[in-house]
Amino acid sequence: MTTTTASAPPAVAAPATGPAGRPYRRNRFRRLRLVSAVLITAVMAFPLYWMLLTAFSRRDDLYAPGLHLWPQHFTWDNFSAPIERFPVWTWFRNSLVIAVAVTAITVVCNLLAGYAFAKFRFRGKNILFLVLLSTMMIPVQAIMVPQFRIATDLGLYGDLWAVILPESAAVFGIFLARQFFLGIPDELIEAARIDGAGALRVFWSVVLPLAKPLIAVSVLLAFMNEWNSFSWPLIVLFANEQLFTMPLGLVTDLQSQYTSDYGAIMAITLLSVTPILVLFVAFQRYFVQGLARTGLK
Amino acid sequence: MPAAAGLAAAPAPRRRARRSIGDALTAGGFLLPNLVLSGVFLVLPLILTVVISFQKLDSLGPAQWLGVNNFLDLFRDPTFYETLWNTVVFTVCTVPLGMAVGLGIALLLNTVMPLRTLWRAVIFVPLVLSSVSVGLLGAWMFDQYNGFVNKFLAVLGIDGPDWQSNGTWAMVSVILMTLWQRIGLDMIIYLAGLQGVDPAVLEAAEVDGASSWRRFRSIVFPLLGPSTFFLLIMNLLFSFQVFDTVYAMTAGGPNFSTTTLVVYAYQQGFSDHGPGQLGYAAAIGVVIFAVSLLLTAGQWRLSTTRDEVG
Repeated sequence: MTTTTASAPPAVAAPATGPAGRPYRRNRFRRLRLVSAVLITAVMAFPLYWMLLTAFSRRDDLYAPGLHLWPQHFTWDNFSAPIERFPVWTWFRNSLVIAVAVTAITVVCNLLAGYAFAKFRFRGKNILFLVLLSTMMIPVQAIMVPQFRIATDLGLYGDLWAVILPESAAVFGIFLARQFFLGIPDELIEAARIDGAGALRVFWSVVLPLAKPLIAVSVLLAFMNEWNSFSWPLIVLFANEQLFTMPLGLVTDLQSQYTSDYGAIMAITLLSVTPILVLFVAFQRYFVQGLARTGLK
Repeated sequence: MPAAAGLAAAPAPRRRARRSIGDALTAGGFLLPNLVLSGVFLVLPLILTVVISFQKLDSLGPAQWLGVNNFLDLFRDPTFYETLWNTVVFTVCTVPLGMAVGLGIALLLNTVMPLRTLWRAVIFVPLVLSSVSVGLLGAWMFDQYNGFVNKFLAVLGIDGPDWQSNGTWAMVSVILMTLWQRIGLDMIIYLAGLQGVDPAVLEAAEVDGASSWRRFRSIVFPLLGPSTFFLLIMNLLFSFQVFDTVYAMTAGGPNFSTTTLVVYAYQQGFSDHGPGQLGYAAAIGVVIFAVSLLLTAGQWRLSTTRDEVG
């Protein structure tokens, strides 16, 4: 399902073979198509540009009448003021710690489970797979009341683990992993087994080395998902500012106390999306593949 | 599934029986970490949600058995119907529109043109951003006094709407930001689906004199069926469960005009201004779960068809 690689162009774009005069029309259509593509792209990119522009603009410029599409006076104040007032770097670190921990746990669990679903025979396999997949469809708000209690009873409340463990119960990676492992020939595993390797050993030294693209996709998706996560941290970390993640701090502290200072809000928002944007630029292919396969938002 | 043909000939019956027990045990070991986590943090809470929905439970004091009273209250609660209606409006506006626009862009960017992959990547970017940042950006761009949208409309000589104080316009703004974020997903899935359309078939149809609309309607769109179905289910789920974007952008306001069902559940249970009615919130949770399950049934059918395809 890779889509970024060059693909065979459909006939619509093939060289014209019609009656005389058509090549010219084709050419004009080609230009029209390019212009529309550029326009659509510009519209889609504009909000991000506006975020950037706002983050580096002075307050009086933002709240002055009239529309300016480029910065009037450049400033870092939108970053420094909220950073002085709120523990923004602590939020950043919390987000990072949570996202890394959740990524590590989910990817390991999901690779193991996906392998089991792809390569072992056992009773109730299909039912179990469907049940696990369907837990993916439950929004946290449907189960937040008991989930909160369980986290509290386990003594996780007031700790980053209160986010890490429940959010590690994500199963979207199982689907990806199973799909990938189905493509690894059984003969390969069988051969390693005949050589006397145990199941875990086969998985570790025969299967995993072949699964690097799968691991890359899973890690990136899990990290992105957790870095962007908001609902559950909002419920379970709400009471303690020192435990906030970036999205939580943005909404609970910055937005409610700076309601009219969008320069500061956009600056810290920019800070919060930068890691994902960097990862996206570096590993675009994996993101597209993973998102296209899981349909994860 | 008689795999492992060739090299490993079929093992003797007894060995196979032993093997399959061993297989089951090993599979259990591989599945254990996942089952523990999802059991404790997904399945158990799900069961308990149903239990709590029959209780009177607030942030203080012990639980009290209520029977179906939470649900009776819910079905008499006008705000419940208002939020349900908002959810339906939001879903009906975002899903078909997003898919149609995504399909249009996919068709456009499936043709040969310079820098095609760059255009695709840029359109895809909003999808990787957090919905919270999309909501905050939306709140700023649609700010009725200083936001970009109204300033831009003013340049055109139009008096922009009150995005914050008018409920209908607030809903429109949330829908627009959601579309901005989601079109990339629709585009990418349709682009993937378009790889399965054989150019030779289209060429043949063109030679036979089929117009481009006709070719789209009778060849391309039917071939995109699986992609459309997948997107429909996913989009319905996303829209039905929207929370982050709304919460960051409007917090459900003004009044309840952008409060969706999921946001309402949160407000009832946990919002610091809300009443902290955990039992009632759980009852809303049960409704959310019931609807999600209906949509998931679609996903189940889908996952089996996807396996056949891929």
